[in-house]
Amino acid sequence: MANPGSAHGKVWLWLDERIGLGDLAKLAQKKEVPLHRHSFWYYFGGMTLFLFMIQVATGILLLLYYRPSAGEAFESIQFIMTEVEFGWLVRSIHSWSANLMILAMFIHLFSALLLHAYRRPREMTWLSGGGLLGVSLAFGFTGYLLPWNELAFFATRVGTEIPGVVPVIGPFLRRLLRGGDDVTGATLTRFYGIHVAILPAIVTVVLGLHLYLVQKHGMSRPPSAENSDAAKRTMPFFPNFFLRDLVGWLCALGVLAALAAYFPAELGKKADPFQPAPIGIKPEWYFMAMFQTLKLLPSHILGIEGELLGVLGFGLVGIVLVLMPFFDRVDLGKWSRLPAIFGILLILYSIVLTYLGYTMSPTK
Amino acid sequence: MANDENSIALDNGRRNFLNWFLTTTTGAFIVSVLYPLGRYLIPPKVEESTAHTVTLALKPQEVKVNSGQIFRFGSQAAILVKTEGGELKAFSASCTHLACIVQFRSDIRHIWCACHNGHFDLNGKNVEGPPPKPLEEYVVNVRGDQIVVSKRG
Repeated sequence: MANPGSAHGKVWLWLDERIGLGDLAKLAQKKEVPLHRHSFWYYFGGMTLFLFMIQVATGILLLLYYRPSAGEAFESIQFIMTEVEFGWLVRSIHSWSANLMILAMFIHLFSALLLHAYRRPREMTWLSGGGLLGVSLAFGFTGYLLPWNELAFFATRVGTEIPGVVPVIGPFLRRLLRGGDDVTGATLTRFYGIHVAILPAIVTVVLGLHLYLVQKHGMSRPPSAENSDAAKRTMPFFPNFFLRDLVGWLCALGVLAALAAYFPAELGKKADPFQPAPIGIKPEWYFMAMFQTLKLLPSHILGIEGELLGVLGFGLVGIVLVLMPFFDRVDLGKWSRLPAIFGILLILYSIVLTYLGYTMSPTK
Repeated sequence: MANDENSIALDNGRRNFLNWFLTTTTGAFIVSVLYPLGRYLIPPKVEESTAHTVTLALKPQEVKVNSGQIFRFGSQAAILVKTEGGELKAFSASCTHLACIVQFRSDIRHIWCACHNGHFDLNGKNVEGPPPKPLEEYVVNVRGDQIVVSKRG
């Protein structure tokens, strides 16, 4: 076998001897991407990763000016938006990229669900992905409070009240989340710590596991592609698929810049715990379906408080979704009805409720 | 042979003891790290303002009929409402659904929560939408040109 380093320069050889570049190159060459009519959906995992990298970079930049206290948070963001050169751009990209990342992640999730990518031996990949979704929603929820504006304040009051309705441990959880009995400056510093230290640490481990497993098992083929014996076509991941990924990322960056320039992130009014919730208050779009559900549930259903039933319902849907690999007992290589019905109903429900959330009169 | 068996039994005894020792030590170590960590994460109790009575910074004649406003009751938000009949009423302003701060709607004469569209009548009763319980009502006394609000009981 020819020395793989022979085609490279001295620096490459020096590095190869010390950190094993050759092994990495071999690993990259080995990776193949299956080609079939659903291959398009493979791009969304990488897209989520790209947007996550944008979040890390812009998040670090925001840290340089942000001040995590009830007295200064709002003003420091005002400063970023108006005084710091390109501060508006960094914050707007952070805010838009967060939204697009969640969107890309949901597309990735539902395509993996509908194409049955969670099946043996990829159960752990699915579970770690579920963990990453949870962490991302937590990122979104904690980050939303940091500007310390009116919307953030009430979103957090409601959001931390929700675990509070769980019987027995609810009030304790609420106190733990809020850093006290109410949403105050103590909640802000707590959310800040969670947002910039605890969640990044968790995400590093879980994302590492997720990517390792994707590498280990390779990309899953949907049942239809598994069955067709006609040459299982593939494309090398590096550089062929990766270059296509890059094109997508470049487009995403363009979209982000345009969104940030034309629709910069808003700041609104500073939080005041002694003002009523503003009319038309809304959460981020990815919490809208849940928000609207809580709005429409009556106060009592069969003697149980409506919001408790709602919260338990959300929990149940989450559990079924995460444990799908263990519910779907259909043979590999065959389509299964359960995830399809569950996934499509969930998508439809979310779309309808989100639509209602944005269109129903807020004062009716 | 008997000697060998004895030494094996002795070895097993030693091994069991060492395993037990190592496990309990590790366990104790983990507990000694996790306990303070857990206690640290639970926020300390802050002295609640024990005020059961508050005197408002406005005069009864300044409050318009068919209006409502938020005031501070200790560390909590409360709402003062003047009904059509000129009666002053006060309630906790924290919605019983998910704790948003409520407001007075003069168009429908309800106390209303903007978050999830909860309605309360002017007795604080939950009449529409998701709130499961009535708002806590406070006692309002007018002493001269002072409004004094106090908790019941």
